Amino acid sequence: MMKCKSFLSSSVGQKFLVALTGLGLSGFVLTHMLGNLLLFVGPNAYNLYGHKLTSTPLIYVAEVVLVTLFVVHVGLTLKLQKANRASRPIAPSQLPNVCVKRASFASRTMALSGLMILSFAILHLVTFKFGPYYAVTVDGVEMRDLYKLVQESFQKEWYTGFYLVCMVILFTHLSHGFTAAFQSLGLSNTHNTWLKRIGFVFALVVAGGFFSQPLYMYLAHH
Amino acid sequence: MKLNLKIWRQKSPSEQGQFKDYVVNNANEDMSFLEMLDFLNMDLVRKGEEAVQFDHDCREGICGSCSLMINGSPHGPETGTATCQLHIRKFKDGDTIVIEPFRAKAFPVLRDLCVDRTAFDRIMAAGGFCSVNTGNAPEANSILIGKEVAENAMDSAACIGCGACVAACKNASAMLFVSAKVSQFALLPQGKPERSRRVRQMVAQMDKEMFGSCSNTGACEAACPKEISLENMARLNREMLRASVTE
Repeated sequence: MMKCKSFLSSSVGQKFLVALTGLGLSGFVLTHMLGNLLLFVGPNAYNLYGHKLTSTPLIYVAEVVLVTLFVVHVGLTLKLQKANRASRPIAPSQLPNVCVKRASFASRTMALSGLMILSFAILHLVTFKFGPYYAVTVDGVEMRDLYKLVQESFQKEWYTGFYLVCMVILFTHLSHGFTAAFQSLGLSNTHNTWLKRIGFVFALVVAGGFFSQPLYMYLAHH
Repeated sequence: MKLNLKIWRQKSPSEQGQFKDYVVNNANEDMSFLEMLDFLNMDLVRKGEEAVQFDHDCREGICGSCSLMINGSPHGPETGTATCQLHIRKFKDGDTIVIEPFRAKAFPVLRDLCVDRTAFDRIMAAGGFCSVNTGNAPEANSILIGKEVAENAMDSAACIGCGACVAACKNASAMLFVSAKVSQFALLPQGKPERSRRVRQMVAQMDKEMFGSCSNTGACEAACPKEISLENMARLNREMLRASVTE
């Protein structure tokens, strides 16, 4: 127990937790993106999916787990980021460019892209989860007409554009984060160099999927 | 060759430093970078000025004494070499070269280009050793070690502890150094008995010395004069996890 506590209080242990929660959140965005693909099938399929998802009591467990993942991931990163700033006698902007630029753009801007995604996630919840309630009846069951809300939201050019920009930011965050998580967890070695590329592929699939949905809703209903 | 130098001058750890311009008029392209600085210092001493202080020792890339941030890169623009192995032929006549000390809270500037890297020594003292009875040299084949294991351990042990990884990292993290040192022991049978205590104590000391944490940017690996691989860092993370769940 003491050993476990000292592990979690070390910088290595904290990065381990950031990686673990990051992978958990990656799993969430992947399933969220896959579920949203039902937008392409039609209003009934999408609304039924939303209804089934929110009418089981397990949704509360899932929500608690998700909020915990977010809090640990963001909280620990902010704590580590503060310590990282303190370990430099000069401001990051004054660091010599050459050595800094050897690291990828995505890897250098993780904290910033992460905070942008957090702000986006809050706004996203306000718009949809806590947004206006439209009712619809499918197969004799009354449920929330989420499809109508989604369709309505993505009629505005600027709003659709804002979503697309946010998905590019999500892409950069995932492209570095997904791969880096395996390094922090100690799973990468010389025999699995494909792990170095998996972040790019994962980010492309998730962000690409999310990118297509608002774009489709805008183009198909305009 | 004529070289324009912008060199960081700082009288003491507490005083504010600044860049000062110097010109070396007859630099030879076969000179090493440090010989060029010797040349400048001879000139400065002749003129009655204070010589530029910089760290150096073996001048053949094995001791890890030399440092220097040259044009924004630790150990200069060449990959896989230390400052002492850099030659003036890599620059062009009339070039301006910016020379700074390594910058990290854990490496305070002592004077000019010299920084205090004893934080690394304290990390090593915390666990970077094997407690074994030395005595006579043992029979070479009494402990058999696989070729691949021996090569990996040797690659990790190639780390000269110069601190370029810290200087290159945006977080001033010492993870590459610590991971190389943890790996060189953890891979070999002689290092295994103390592996858990070693990794815990070295990481604890690393955190105490105010080095930052790892963001997996890979800037350290790119700057390392010994090309220590990021794989060591994954091993350090594994070793830390292993130490926390076993023993």
